[in-house]
Amino acid sequence: MMSSDRRNFRWIGQNLKRPEDIRLVSGRGRFVDDVKLPRMAHAAVLASPHAHARIVSINLDAARALPGVYLAVGGREFADSVGPMPTLSSPPVVQHCMAVDRVRHVGEPVAAIVAASRYIAEDALALIEVDYELLPAVVDPVEAIAATGDAVLHPDRGSNVVHNSRHVWGPLDEAFASAAHVVRRRFRWPRVSPQPIETSGAVVDYDRAEKKFTVHSNMSQQSVIGARLARALGVEPFQINFHINDVGGSFGGKSSLYHVPLIAAGLARLAGRPVKYVEDRLEHMANGNQHASDRIYDAALAVAADGTFTGLCLKVIDDYGAYFMMNTGSHGNALAQATGPYRIPALEYDLTAVLTNKTQQAPYRGFGGEVGNFVLERLVDAAAQETGIDRIALRRQNFIDKAEFPYRIPNGNIYDSGDYHRVLDRALSHIDLDAWEARRVSARAEGKRIGIGVATVNERSVLSVTELWFLDDKPAFPQTSSPESVRIRINADGMAVVTIFAPHWGNSPETVAKQLTAEYLQIDPDHIAVNYASTENGLISKGPVGSRYTVMLAGAIAGATATLKTKIIRFGAHMLGVADDEVEVHDESVSVIGDPSRRQSFADIARAAHSFRLSFPGGEDFRSGLSAEHTYDHPYTTMPKADRSDLGVFYPIVGHACHIVVVEIDERTNQTRIVKYIAVHDAGTIVNPRIVEGQIRGGIAQGIGTALYEIYRYGEDGQLLTASLADYAIPTAHEIPDIVVDHVETPSPFTEFGIKGCGEGGRLACMPAVAAAIDDAFRGEGLFVAELPVTPSHLHALRSVAGPSPE
Amino acid sequence: MTISVTINGEPIAATVEPRLLVCDFLRDHLGLTGTHIGCEHGVCGACTVLVDGRTARSCLMFAAQLDGAEVETVEGLLLPDGELSPLQASFRDNHGLQCGFCTPGMLMTATELLRQDGRLDREGVREAISGNLCRCTGYETIVDAILTAGRDQAEETA
Repeated sequence: MMSSDRRNFRWIGQNLKRPEDIRLVSGRGRFVDDVKLPRMAHAAVLASPHAHARIVSINLDAARALPGVYLAVGGREFADSVGPMPTLSSPPVVQHCMAVDRVRHVGEPVAAIVAASRYIAEDALALIEVDYELLPAVVDPVEAIAATGDAVLHPDRGSNVVHNSRHVWGPLDEAFASAAHVVRRRFRWPRVSPQPIETSGAVVDYDRAEKKFTVHSNMSQQSVIGARLARALGVEPFQINFHINDVGGSFGGKSSLYHVPLIAAGLARLAGRPVKYVEDRLEHMANGNQHASDRIYDAALAVAADGTFTGLCLKVIDDYGAYFMMNTGSHGNALAQATGPYRIPALEYDLTAVLTNKTQQAPYRGFGGEVGNFVLERLVDAAAQETGIDRIALRRQNFIDKAEFPYRIPNGNIYDSGDYHRVLDRALSHIDLDAWEARRVSARAEGKRIGIGVATVNERSVLSVTELWFLDDKPAFPQTSSPESVRIRINADGMAVVTIFAPHWGNSPETVAKQLTAEYLQIDPDHIAVNYASTENGLISKGPVGSRYTVMLAGAIAGATATLKTKIIRFGAHMLGVADDEVEVHDESVSVIGDPSRRQSFADIARAAHSFRLSFPGGEDFRSGLSAEHTYDHPYTTMPKADRSDLGVFYPIVGHACHIVVVEIDERTNQTRIVKYIAVHDAGTIVNPRIVEGQIRGGIAQGIGTALYEIYRYGEDGQLLTASLADYAIPTAHEIPDIVVDHVETPSPFTEFGIKGCGEGGRLACMPAVAAAIDDAFRGEGLFVAELPVTPSHLHALRSVAGPSPE
Repeated sequence: MTISVTINGEPIAATVEPRLLVCDFLRDHLGLTGTHIGCEHGVCGACTVLVDGRTARSCLMFAAQLDGAEVETVEGLLLPDGELSPLQASFRDNHGLQCGFCTPGMLMTATELLRQDGRLDREGVREAISGNLCRCTGYETIVDAILTAGRDQAEETA
């Protein structure tokens, strides 16, 4: 079906080169740390060395006396002018961008300096004296649940448990009572983070006369978060203007970046100067709000005698760290595709969210959905072992069939479309499994183990926002809007200018905006420019989060170009002396149907529309200029039921992926190396294949990091033990193999052109495939990966307890 | 202290504090913000520049050490007519970047590699860039970009 549709597209599906690249390869990117303003001062922040303590006193006298220091301020004083940070938690877990009286994790800001240079500011930090009274550090999430007294982080909450809910959808008891096999496993998901190469930062100028802030920051969602940051600063939303900068990687982490712009803004107002605050790597790791899901699962899959899955039970404890900014959103996310690509009619989700003395959680590529995928795929592999059914056959047997879409999963979410068998077939076509089986045997003689892993997962895309609150009994802010906007004008010379309102953060918004506008208006991409507007010139935009931006941009561009096209036709037809319905649009011109020699080019029409008002009839229809704006709402989202027996439709644009991984493990060192990697994705209609493949490869690279290398380890005292890039090991070019990426395209029935999101896909699929490959390397020996990362020492421990299988 | 240094072919005399890092000298004093700071402990490679033709981590070197040196940064890569150099163009053609933050360091590392004699292969390129972290691409297209630029250069000189 797609291939025939494809022929009708002129620009969709092309590997258009990225306009973003020209400035980026020339050293002319516009990153936040590149911003330099007149009189600008530099901030440095004193971080708590303790995981949990009362701040008894802060002495800033010596710091203030240092030449070059303009301002020194402690958290309590800072809170007089900067209120608590935005939070989605309900009731709110109060968090200040600089700690007030109590620190709750290592790295939490305690005081700040503004000085003539960052060097002087850091000198001054060393002169600050803080007297702490230590409190018990709560590190283990299970112990945190029962903690009392001073081991409760937020005494007003009474407990470290900030959320507890249990939901059952579908005939769960029946499923488990009648199951021939109940496959149970406990999983431990590691605390990892996006770790962009650019840390978070902000440069803020404050105009004392107009009481207005101008903010340059590498955050996102400026237009929807701006009002809440304004409230924290005690000003009205119109008094804060956010510029859109290039962002050096986010992967979700910078989408809820509040503390950095707030610190810089508060300091700028107090110091009476523009202030730059850019985190160093240690600050980013310890206080960047960049840590992701940190979960313990007790999970069970009910399986009938013939291998049919009948029920899934997920009991989760999630260690959120010291605050609760994003509420349980990452579990709403996991619920979007909780039953994966399989027909599973019953689901239990039991969630305990607990606070500990660690950095708080924020989104990271997958936003908890990747954890759900890992757990489910691991259960399926365990079920294959326990039932003796081949793992690929077992998956096929339980796949939702392509005739069953749109498919409703037990909790109410809808999957729009898919063809899971075809994706699996395509992946298998890229690998000679028999040859690898032979290699498995020969490798043993060399002290090497070969293992093959398969994962088939869904990749929900196009975030809506009900997932951020629907697990709450009394949501503080039950928002339901997640729109995206564009503004398009055609200048007097015929050049189209598309204005967008969310940053480039490694995705390719300028490229896709060009391609989509070119497709709708049928004009050459070289005649289209893309720019960004700051919030005071902007429209509402949620930006690139939850694999949504291309789909949402497409909807917005569809609306704006439709308006433009109507006007172009109206002007063109009048110039040609015919009625609107007697012309057609092609090749950047309007021509008379049946007489293409009578035509007006877009450039001529644009010139006339801009400059020759008196050549056209009076009235609204021929207002000067060619411009249009359009705000596009999420294409398909519905309200949850009040009792949550149905969560509604909240993430219905659902792609799919099959990853096949071959690992080679050195028996002596327990080092795992990936020797073959195949990734086939169905992200619906693809706008730019090379960009999609880049997203997939990048997501897989991060997935390999999660699977094999990365973890934030905390000591018993709450010290962060892996707080540099030398200790927190993100993969280098040695660890990431070349990856075979291929596509199947099942268009979404709900989106423009049938596009689905793909930005998180690689990381939504990678980890279970790698884990399965490691199991498989020790086939028959009872080894099962239930905890990541599988470092050599972890694998050594697993091998020590595993043994020859009893069969 | 006073130093004389050549930056992208331009002679510069500057007075610098002894503790001023090269990356801050380039970015804050000279306005050459193409060199990026990612970790400030010499791991990520984003701040890589060429000093007397050899790659150096500008976050681990003092500006005072540059006295008499020739420094090349990403800003010096454009051709005199303002067009992208073959290496820069190859990064664009091969989608060797996404956010572009690590890219200047990658380009400088690749510049050093392409100036060396000998045939490039994928493993050699991977080895050469293994000190430069990229969090977006998974490296494959960066390797493609450098190999393509190397092959084109070899054909041109053949």
